[in-house]
Amino acid sequence: MGAVAEYFDNIKNTVTTIFEGMAVTASHFMRKPYTVQYPDRIPVRVQDTLPYRYRGILNVDLEICTGCLACERACPIDCIVIACEKDQKTKILTISQFDIDIIKCMYCGLCSEPCPTGAIHHTSEFEGADFSTESMIRRFVTDPIDAYKPKKGPETDERIAPILNRGMRYVNEFAQGGEAWNGGVVDDGAAAPGADDEEEAAAKQ
Amino acid sequence: MQELINNIVAAGTFGKMPETLVAAIVIIVLSAVVFLGIAFPFAGIVSWVERRVWARIQSRVGPNRVGPNGFLQWLADGVKHVCKEDVIPTDSDHQLFKIAPYLVVLAFVLPWAVMPFSSSLILADMNVGILYMTSVTAITVVGVLMAGWASNDKWSLIGGIRSAAQIVSYEIPAGLSIFPVVLMTGTLSMQGIIRAQGWAPQHWFLFANPFTFVAANILYVSALAEGNRTPFDLPEAESELVAGFATEYSGMRYLFFFMAEWGNLFIIGAIITTLFLGGWQFPQVSNNAVVMNILQLITFNVKVLFLVFVSMWIRGTLPRVRIDQLMSLCWKYFVPISFVNMIGTAIWVAIWPEGNSVAGYIMFALGIVLAVIFIQRVMYYLRRSRMELYFRPTI
Repeated sequence: MGAVAEYFDNIKNTVTTIFEGMAVTASHFMRKPYTVQYPDRIPVRVQDTLPYRYRGILNVDLEICTGCLACERACPIDCIVIACEKDQKTKILTISQFDIDIIKCMYCGLCSEPCPTGAIHHTSEFEGADFSTESMIRRFVTDPIDAYKPKKGPETDERIAPILNRGMRYVNEFAQGGEAWNGGVVDDGAAAPGADDEEEAAAKQ
Repeated sequence: MQELINNIVAAGTFGKMPETLVAAIVIIVLSAVVFLGIAFPFAGIVSWVERRVWARIQSRVGPNRVGPNGFLQWLADGVKHVCKEDVIPTDSDHQLFKIAPYLVVLAFVLPWAVMPFSSSLILADMNVGILYMTSVTAITVVGVLMAGWASNDKWSLIGGIRSAAQIVSYEIPAGLSIFPVVLMTGTLSMQGIIRAQGWAPQHWFLFANPFTFVAANILYVSALAEGNRTPFDLPEAESELVAGFATEYSGMRYLFFFMAEWGNLFIIGAIITTLFLGGWQFPQVSNNAVVMNILQLITFNVKVLFLVFVSMWIRGTLPRVRIDQLMSLCWKYFVPISFVNMIGTAIWVAIWPEGNSVAGYIMFALGIVLAVIFIQRVMYYLRRSRMELYFRPTI
């Protein structure tokens, strides 16, 4: 190919490729933008659209916490602080402090894996911004509370049973290395965030 | 203009002031109204429109929070820049550093003097209008080079030198592409060039003959390069030069550079519209001069704003060229092709001194064919994306 042919070939290539490129971008004027206008102007909260396995800010269901300290030991950066006292006479374990420092937490999920009841688990909540660092330490225990004692049969207490069910589902789906993961099909038919909402509503009542 | 001044002097509003002083006052007031009321808001609004257009090209939304659909974003940006501290580097050349932005803005406001908005709405219909326009827009290079040199900063200097090289180079194909139109009309006046065209597309100089069609495209691309627009925004290539010649600037002075850049889009569009797209030409639908002038004003602005939109569209499409590609495009392709255009048009005018109307219709038909092919390509890409159509400009 001679220099003259190359010269005109260059001109042809320039014109045709710019023509095609302009056609591609022109087609984008007629496509809908992908933008999600977080945090407002969205039909549903972003938290409700997240998958169940999303690792958001940690939450603790103290009703089913056994006080075994497995999560505190598992935490690689020591952001969980638990204080337990065992009454020598009554043999009852009392949890007097359960703090999680959300600033330190790196959302690795190592604390929720060894939890025997699924008491400590991730939520889909991720909006943690606040004005002081002190308020970022989540203190779950206000009054000392007795630790949960696992029973041999199914749970009979009506108040604790649904919480334990959810905790065990969490354990089955997450903590066992994904072996029990059933492909995202929820057994009880209720979506995970919906279950959370029901519990919150129950807690308010 | 002269009549207006004569009327004011005759009415005696200013008492016994000398006539030249009255003329100066009238001119200054009118200029201030034009520049502050039209040119600067235009530059600001273009910045908002441009961000919205890019956003849609990239499947985003763009600024939409300040005011209805983000329309007041430009005011917010302007107020923010005015309120910022005006930092002047200690080791810079203070005087030049301060003057440079004003020179760039000067090069942006001076062309408005010969802007042919309608058959009578023009500040000064000079007989060298188009020559004046290309000359005063070239003052930009002085301001940019001054800014680059006075900043005492390597990035600024490289940006300024690049800009100087680029603008000086692209002046040549731009000037040579104006030449075919001047050959056909025999005048340099903006109004004269527009009056030589008709309102119908086949009477525009864009479709007058094959050479002018190429010349129009070369002039548009060269004007983009002179205005430091993508894909030729090498002087402010942020990946290499931070912000080029504007690196050391802050606050109002920084804003001036970009106001001039966005405002220059209108100048680019106006030059192309005047020379090749029939300017303000509109069919004679009314004998009322005011009605006709308003229709002509709308026609001119629609054409110019379409070209402004195309420049945003190009900016959203094409990546930045390298400096050697920039120079080879100018010197190896645009300059020779411009000479061919010039000689070809000269021969064309020698054969058909009054123009060839058949060629106008054929060229216009070819233009329609090109547009149809383009729409087909757009439809092809839309079909291939398998997305629902969404025509609203807002979300």
